[in-house]
Amino acid sequence: METGIKHISFDVEKIRKDFPILKRMVNGYPLVYLDNAATSQKPQVVIDALVDYYSNYNANIHRGVHSLSQEATNAYEQSRAKIQKHFNIKNAHEVIFTSGTTHGINIVASGFSEFLKPGDELLVSAMEHHSNIVPWQMLCEHTGAVLKVIPMNQEGELEMLEFVSLLSNKTKLVFVNHISNALGTINPIEEIIEKAHKVGAVVLIDGAQACSHLKPDLQALNVDFYVTSAHKMCGPTGVGMLYGKEEWLTKLPPYQGGGEMIKEVTFEKTSFAGLPHKFEAGTPNIADGIAFGVAIDYLNAIGFEKIAAYENQILEYATKRLLEIEGLKIYGTAKNKTSVISFNIGEIHPYDIGTIVDKLGVAVRTGHHCAQPIMDFYKIPGTVRASFAFYNTFQEIDTLINALQKAKQMLT
Amino acid sequence: MEIKDIQQEIIEEFAFFDDWMQRYEHMISIGKTMPLIEEKNKTEDFLIQGCQSKVWVYPELKDGKIIFTADSDAIITKGIVAILLRVFSNQTPEDILKADTIFIDEIGLKEHLSPTRANGLVSMIKQLKMYALAYKSQQN
Repeated sequence: METGIKHISFDVEKIRKDFPILKRMVNGYPLVYLDNAATSQKPQVVIDALVDYYSNYNANIHRGVHSLSQEATNAYEQSRAKIQKHFNIKNAHEVIFTSGTTHGINIVASGFSEFLKPGDELLVSAMEHHSNIVPWQMLCEHTGAVLKVIPMNQEGELEMLEFVSLLSNKTKLVFVNHISNALGTINPIEEIIEKAHKVGAVVLIDGAQACSHLKPDLQALNVDFYVTSAHKMCGPTGVGMLYGKEEWLTKLPPYQGGGEMIKEVTFEKTSFAGLPHKFEAGTPNIADGIAFGVAIDYLNAIGFEKIAAYENQILEYATKRLLEIEGLKIYGTAKNKTSVISFNIGEIHPYDIGTIVDKLGVAVRTGHHCAQPIMDFYKIPGTVRASFAFYNTFQEIDTLINALQKAKQMLT
Repeated sequence: MEIKDIQQEIIEEFAFFDDWMQRYEHMISIGKTMPLIEEKNKTEDFLIQGCQSKVWVYPELKDGKIIFTADSDAIITKGIVAILLRVFSNQTPEDILKADTIFIDEIGLKEHLSPTRANGLVSMIKQLKMYALAYKSQQN
């Protein structure tokens, strides 16, 4: 379904009008939404796509011969094709719809239990979200494989020399996030993929934080698996993508059994359907899957180059203004980073700051951001995290700074 | 003083303030007067699992009444604990078990009562009542 969105230039005020939620008030103040790394807001076209589906062509897909079912099937498969094109994926059947990044990682982690033996090694980075740690720890427990950690430096950058020295012919899997949710670091995944492949390891990249900021070319990256979530890319919650190279998706066993994923079922034996259906058991999340494609159209109509350029300006301005606050320390100062800033002010607990700025209409995230190993590394209980999207403004950063000054005054 | 009288006193105290900022400032100042838990008691056993800030509460039974001491690493949370202790400390297990917590709503801290709220106010109240229940069953 074509959405016909066109932005000729980057006009943030015009873009803001696409997002109905940005008009709302919170605690008597205009909402300043700076928790985009947790989830992005949704433009009207995405909301409309959901309503349109349920209002006009709601039907189960892939099986019905009736018109509604065919319309819904077409829209869903068109969405898969949009995802394929967006990420420059070779085949549409290498795009698996999931419930989100976590689901995608679990499909791969559980599938690999057939291919690992005791003593095999898996490499994880020191800056992962728990969802890219725990499934692999479970895999290690089942198989006797060993989890090893690629360390990071004080700036929040991976120690690439250490990474290389950890690689060996025992290394079977490497999984790293494209962008760190807690620090904003953009990891050198091209180099990681290339070096891991040299020792025959398979690489999974967690793109949950990346895909709202940049547009990865998955064929050029030559990555084995790439996972992401729609809801961080202006799409709905509850849907995401698992990309896998055809050879790997063919080798991996199905994750769940059920309808849709079968070729033939008798009580003696079931043969499984081909890709992508082998991994899409049961009725999928049709409406959200369709709206995912609309979100991709929306972002592309603005253009990722423009998004990145604008967000870099926002990041630069926010960093400069934040550092004007006495006692403020930023965690994650990588040379190559995106518009996420984790910080603390003196000894003030991040929870206290988050509570006060919320009263002033400013939404930030506080806590360990589901990345406790990073907090342990810096020996802090957590941080305040302000994460910016292309619909945030320079004035909103000023509002954040004022709110933080107020919080600091109340809390010290 | 009885629990309901203390609650009434707190409600009147907070009614004096016009806006949330003053209420929070008052709460923070109450936190500074809280009877602090001894450092040696700041252990896993006395930690209340809130999501983001640490809260320790230590109970002791003296003359049939429970005396609570506590602390938190976040000062808003500390203020909330201090208000709870003002209400629940130095009371009999029976009275603590009977007491409601409507006053929290009335002093404009209702948002902190949501079970998903990261400060764990709901867990704190539950824990105070658990201690009361434990002492009550010991007495019986």
